[in-house]
Amino acid sequence: MKLQSNVPTGPIEKSWDKHRFDLKLVNPANKRKFKILVVGTGLAGSAAAASCAELGYQVESFCVQDSARRAHSIAAQGGVNAAKNYPNDGDSIWRLFYDTIKGGDFRAREANVYRLAQVSSSIIDQCVAQGVPFAREYGGTLSNRSFGGAQVSRTFYARGQTGQQLLLGAYSALMRQVGAGAVKLHTRREMLDLVVIDGVARGIIVRDLVTGKLERHMGDAVLLCTGGYSNVFYLSTNANTCNVTATWRAYKRGAAFANPCYTQIHPTCVPVTGEYQSKLTLMSESLRNDGRVWVPLKKGDARKPQDIPEAERDYYLERKYPAFGNLVPRDIASRAAKQMTDDGRGVGKTGLSVYLDFKDAISRIGLDKVKEKYGNLFDMYHHITDENPYEQPMRIYPAVHYTMGGLWVDYNLMTTIPGLFCLGEANFSDHGANRLGASALMQGLADGYFVLPYTIGGYLTGTKLPKVTTDHAAFVEAEGDVIKRTKTLLDAKGKKAPSAFHRELGHIMWDKVGMGRNAKGLQEALSKIPEVRAEFWKNVSVVGVGEDFNQTLERAGRVADFLEFGELLAKDALTREESCGGHFREEHQTPDGEAKRDDDKFAHVAAWEYKGEGKAPERHTEPLTFDNVHIAQRNYA
Amino acid sequence: MNITLKVWRQKNASEAGALVEYTVSGVVPEMSFLEMLDTLNEQLVAKGQDPVAFDSDCREGICGMCDLMIDGQAHGPDKGATTCQLHMRRYKDGAVVTVEPFRAKAFPVVKDLCVDRSSFDRIQQAGGFVSINTGNAVDGNAILIPHDKAEKAMDAAACIGCGACVAACPNASAMLFVAAKVSQYALLPQGQPEREKRVLAMRDQMDSEGFGHCTNEYECEAACPKEIKVSNIARLNREYLRATLISE
Repeated sequence: MKLQSNVPTGPIEKSWDKHRFDLKLVNPANKRKFKILVVGTGLAGSAAAASCAELGYQVESFCVQDSARRAHSIAAQGGVNAAKNYPNDGDSIWRLFYDTIKGGDFRAREANVYRLAQVSSSIIDQCVAQGVPFAREYGGTLSNRSFGGAQVSRTFYARGQTGQQLLLGAYSALMRQVGAGAVKLHTRREMLDLVVIDGVARGIIVRDLVTGKLERHMGDAVLLCTGGYSNVFYLSTNANTCNVTATWRAYKRGAAFANPCYTQIHPTCVPVTGEYQSKLTLMSESLRNDGRVWVPLKKGDARKPQDIPEAERDYYLERKYPAFGNLVPRDIASRAAKQMTDDGRGVGKTGLSVYLDFKDAISRIGLDKVKEKYGNLFDMYHHITDENPYEQPMRIYPAVHYTMGGLWVDYNLMTTIPGLFCLGEANFSDHGANRLGASALMQGLADGYFVLPYTIGGYLTGTKLPKVTTDHAAFVEAEGDVIKRTKTLLDAKGKKAPSAFHRELGHIMWDKVGMGRNAKGLQEALSKIPEVRAEFWKNVSVVGVGEDFNQTLERAGRVADFLEFGELLAKDALTREESCGGHFREEHQTPDGEAKRDDDKFAHVAAWEYKGEGKAPERHTEPLTFDNVHIAQRNYA
Repeated sequence: MNITLKVWRQKNASEAGALVEYTVSGVVPEMSFLEMLDTLNEQLVAKGQDPVAFDSDCREGICGMCDLMIDGQAHGPDKGATTCQLHMRRYKDGAVVTVEPFRAKAFPVVKDLCVDRSSFDRIQQAGGFVSINTGNAVDGNAILIPHDKAEKAMDAAACIGCGACVAACPNASAMLFVAAKVSQYALLPQGQPEREKRVLAMRDQMDSEGFGHCTNEYECEAACPKEIKVSNIARLNREYLRATLISE
């Protein structure tokens, strides 16, 4: 396997322009002859499907939910970054590029990140034009705020519902194309395999979740926009149906999986209360703009937060990182919270939380302004915990939130399988080892609106695609594999629900492959995961039949894939003998407990190649060079 | 605590359904209502019985996938909340709770508590968009929108498309859903070029999907998890009247 990044040569500022010029164009009349299959309708998927249809391609779009509007991008709260420099505070494409590379702990590809910063402005323009109701100043201009680790105000937002509004914008563009007959939409469909013919991606096998029937779909290119794999931890801020199945199936058909160990733990989530819990809820980190994080100075201080005087509070982020204070990047804020609770200074019934206090903000800007900025987040918190954050501090704790790893893609967003593209959170490309706040929405939309629609043309004109039908042997084989797998799940007739196995896997992942990782723990995970997996196939209980609406079967299939993928994640974490961004190896830290990279040995992307059932995957590397930014230890003090 | 549930079971769209009684044990107050249903399902699977099908995804009140009529109320008893945001602390040990799907002609049952809300998507396809292709946009600040107007548009845009307004309405009318979308665009300058065409097309589609008419019951506003106001329906009616008067 060769990892050919296809990054253009020459100065980085000109790379994308030059590349766009070099890409061959598809004649307008020929576009309708190509069919593009788009899996997933989040920001990346909806944006790509709509944009490709606008260009004249035939598009078929697939989503697992009952409507394309429900993809998990909808839950992103805080905002979307763009280098508009409207506030005149010194932002630029170069600064957004630099911040993203640095935030990613120098583990992302420079040219991709530069392009992301370059197209960021167009994203805002496009969304505004679609009628996305971004927050506005009294004079009518767009409002900006500073967000998670940035010293400039470059984040655009729509209350605490930015993801929802951006997704509804992309969804409206997609619906317009569906209404015009340019996109065929398939809801309640789950992709269960990729069809590769002569080494080229030509189709997918999907299951109609209502009838349970399998369908074969053929195309000239396949776009996976299927999101991240946080649910491998069982508890995460992701939605229930978020899963790794589509990308994992693609991996098993030959697409390299890059940097699976880069997982992001978000510092501001509602703490866990019990075993039955099905998810963790994120409170947007925009809250850290006005909220102050603290724990009691004394261990085991059981007083109510209101009764703890100022002098006995430790505003530890402000103390440890005076320049950034409560706005340090996510990984740093998360680990600091863990250090406090490990130190016995955590708060709440379980001792597994820290305070996020708005008392000072309320007295500084007033209750009404706080309500306007964060009203829906406060209400959400109140609903979940039965505690009123206007009267007492919120309690927060880190939770898995986003995954930077994903299918390896080149500069064109194409995986190692020609014709298979991967966009948004599902790919590995732009965030390195850690994603900055408000950058996920930016990347999903950049890929979907402004990158893929260009690069796909280059692929389609430059490739000879023989005419095939869904009767091809590769379709028959892939469908046969899915049928066999489904039958095995149904025939196990064991005693345990798929969710119970998922929970077991989640415990292993959170304990051994979570916020702090070490060789011993990772090796334990690597020996335990195959045990759980073996028990799963023997003892899983899937009631009902395959050709029916069967949610237990859906869940079982996803858990089965997580049980394989979790092992690769742990393996990647064990192999990466350094700490960087979201990957913290306890053996590799500075005396102050900060992440310590090893640039000599690990300034590369690790991309894993599937070698067959029961065989060890092969680790390939793509070296990362930094010609435009000075590679340095991250320092937020 | 133990909770007794009367749950609507229906094999598929064509077969008749009925309420079936179950007792869920081990319920705790911090559990969400859907986690209580998860617990029921794990208990059913352990007994080899078919679990109850229900829709949910984000479980934080924003995706609009969860629905459920709980004791006759869309999304249950809490104001301004979706079913996934309802917690069991609302109920006492031994409570009897009836759980049914959202009922409307335009929302046929798929299985048990799951319904088909694709009629909402088709209303969107009829006109719920601004016709602007990728790449055509002017600079974001070239379109000035006063703060209050943007806030008002955002109030309407907060709709999550769950269908509670339809389920709560005695006429199964989709007026609040359509009004929210029409209002968002009618309030914003971006929506002006297609203002008349949009409202006519979306209303026509709404009628052809089999939704009922609005008779000012205000049940939709009471049930809406995002607390979208019926004043949007008034705006929809004005927009519709205006469009019928001035369109060619």
